[in-house]
Amino acid sequence: MTTQETVLSVNDVKVYFKIGSTGLLGRREQRYVKAVDGISFDIKRGETLGIVGESGCGKSTLARAVIRMVPAHAGRVLWMGEDLLELDSEAMRDKRKDLQMIFQDPLASLNPRMTLGQIIAEPLKTHFPQMPKSEMREKVAAMMKRVGLLPNMINRYPHEFSGGQCQRIGIARALILEPKLIICDEPVSALDVSIQAQVINLLMDLQKEMNLSLMFIAHDLSVVKHISTRVMVLYLGNVVENADSDDIYANPTHPYTRALIAAVPDLDKPAPADRASLMVDGELPSPLAPPSGCPFRTRCPLVQDICVSEKPPLTETARGHSVACHFPTASPH
Amino acid sequence: MSDTTVAELSHEIEGSGQGRSLWQDARRRFLQNRAAVVSLIVMIIIALIAIFGPLFAAWNNEEVDWNVLGDIASMGGPSIENGHYFGVDELGRDLYARVVQGTQVSLMVGVIGSLIAVTFGTLYGATAGYVGGRTDNIMMRLVDILMSIPYMFVLILLLVVFGRSMWLLFVGIGLISWLEMSRIVRGQTLALKSKEYVEAALATGVKHRVIVTRHIIPNLMGIIVIYATLLVPQMILTESFISFLGLGVQEPNTSWGALISEGASTLQYGTYWQLVFPLAFFIVTLFCFFFIGDGLRDALDPKDR
Repeated sequence: MTTQETVLSVNDVKVYFKIGSTGLLGRREQRYVKAVDGISFDIKRGETLGIVGESGCGKSTLARAVIRMVPAHAGRVLWMGEDLLELDSEAMRDKRKDLQMIFQDPLASLNPRMTLGQIIAEPLKTHFPQMPKSEMREKVAAMMKRVGLLPNMINRYPHEFSGGQCQRIGIARALILEPKLIICDEPVSALDVSIQAQVINLLMDLQKEMNLSLMFIAHDLSVVKHISTRVMVLYLGNVVENADSDDIYANPTHPYTRALIAAVPDLDKPAPADRASLMVDGELPSPLAPPSGCPFRTRCPLVQDICVSEKPPLTETARGHSVACHFPTASPH
Repeated sequence: MSDTTVAELSHEIEGSGQGRSLWQDARRRFLQNRAAVVSLIVMIIIALIAIFGPLFAAWNNEEVDWNVLGDIASMGGPSIENGHYFGVDELGRDLYARVVQGTQVSLMVGVIGSLIAVTFGTLYGATAGYVGGRTDNIMMRLVDILMSIPYMFVLILLLVVFGRSMWLLFVGIGLISWLEMSRIVRGQTLALKSKEYVEAALATGVKHRVIVTRHIIPNLMGIIVIYATLLVPQMILTESFISFLGLGVQEPNTSWGALISEGASTLQYGTYWQLVFPLAFFIVTLFCFFFIGDGLRDALDPKDR
């Protein structure tokens, strides 16, 4: 596993959004929302990185910063050794062939005025404008078959399909250029549970077939557990824990990760006796004014003085298992 | 209703490869709206009269019928025998020919005026909305400023200063009516710009120009069509108002507004037809346009889906 090459290496990326623009009369004070505050991670070929965290923790912003849909403030995004953030727009456009995205709302991500065939062919048309029509049609038909869409649907419009089918269309559109990395931004959270499994399994099959790397964003831990090789937990724009999928579920080290895992209802096992003590209260602090020191300290059950004054760095506690906490694994689980 | 669902279902089961586009859906809904369909038919008839009406006229619109000129109130009324189907106007000219001429002018003002407004307003609004930021701010503040000018006053002033001409009227009406259009289009563009399919296209690497033409404009078409249909009667009304004041089209040209104005001023002599015929065309056309616009809105409104 360790011999696999790293395709994407994200290095201390920061995304700040400026708020309080300059008014017509005089300047107002500049404030920043720190949506992503220095995140680093690697993705290897054929690997799936699951990214979890509650709403507003910067998951989607991080994904969009990687493919430059939102401008990053600082940091480097190395794609096969090349910094994407420094490419000019023309070179970046060319790189987009290899980096595709699947969206959360399957219907909203399809133009209602275009037929299924036109939608799936759009990336081909964009990057290979000289490709003959017949070849394009063949490729679209082959891709439709691969994701489980019937060939006679090619002239239909998105509103004639169900959510699961729409997501298959979205997957077909993302895969038609045979990319190397797919960013899945909560691809199944808008779908029924029964359909979720189908779409996840489809993604996993295609991943194996095409040796894809996935960046899989979700807030459903069981879905992430199923698909991911590695899991990264975000809190308020920071990585709190990053480990192999099996490891993180068996051995959660950060109090936030433990709380997340404890919150997953499990029918087979009785709720742990200390479940209540593991839960976190309160709400995500505003990213406008993040707490000093450790971002999680306002809700952490184990908070100490040092957490207020000093931000814990992300340190490797075991092989391939990093955590950002002053008191990792302070209590048995 | 249940019939259509069953038909649609069997259609789907047979797996015919043809999908229903949103336009086809809209057309089906439009055709189910009786008022709109009737209005459309009436509107087509009026347009046909404007185009082919002169062929059926017994009199030229510039000829004076000296036989009736002496006593228009009793002899100039509508009659089939002497060929004045709608009677004659106060100068003894055939009113049918005059009304046809007025219809041509008024419809042209309405259609051309709204075409100018729609084209310019769409381009302006879509640019402002898509580019956004400071550009958007400057462009839309300019619209605000122009909107705050009492345009009727300015238009009248222009017509008085530069003399009355059709072109000035076109330009004057066209140049002020795009403002509202640009606002509507800008708002819609802002909404469309943040749609996930636009994001998907951007993530794939589609160029901005192509995104505007392939993803934004087609989704704007519905609202543009609705607004254009509702703009035509507005144009006709404005033109008629100006003409009614005597500042619009010049003799020997005429329009509905000018004819109504003449008819109203001679009403006291008992020549009611001089008012009734142009007024009837005017009102029927306005109603038709409003009903058609209404039907289009019901058919194309995305909330209905």
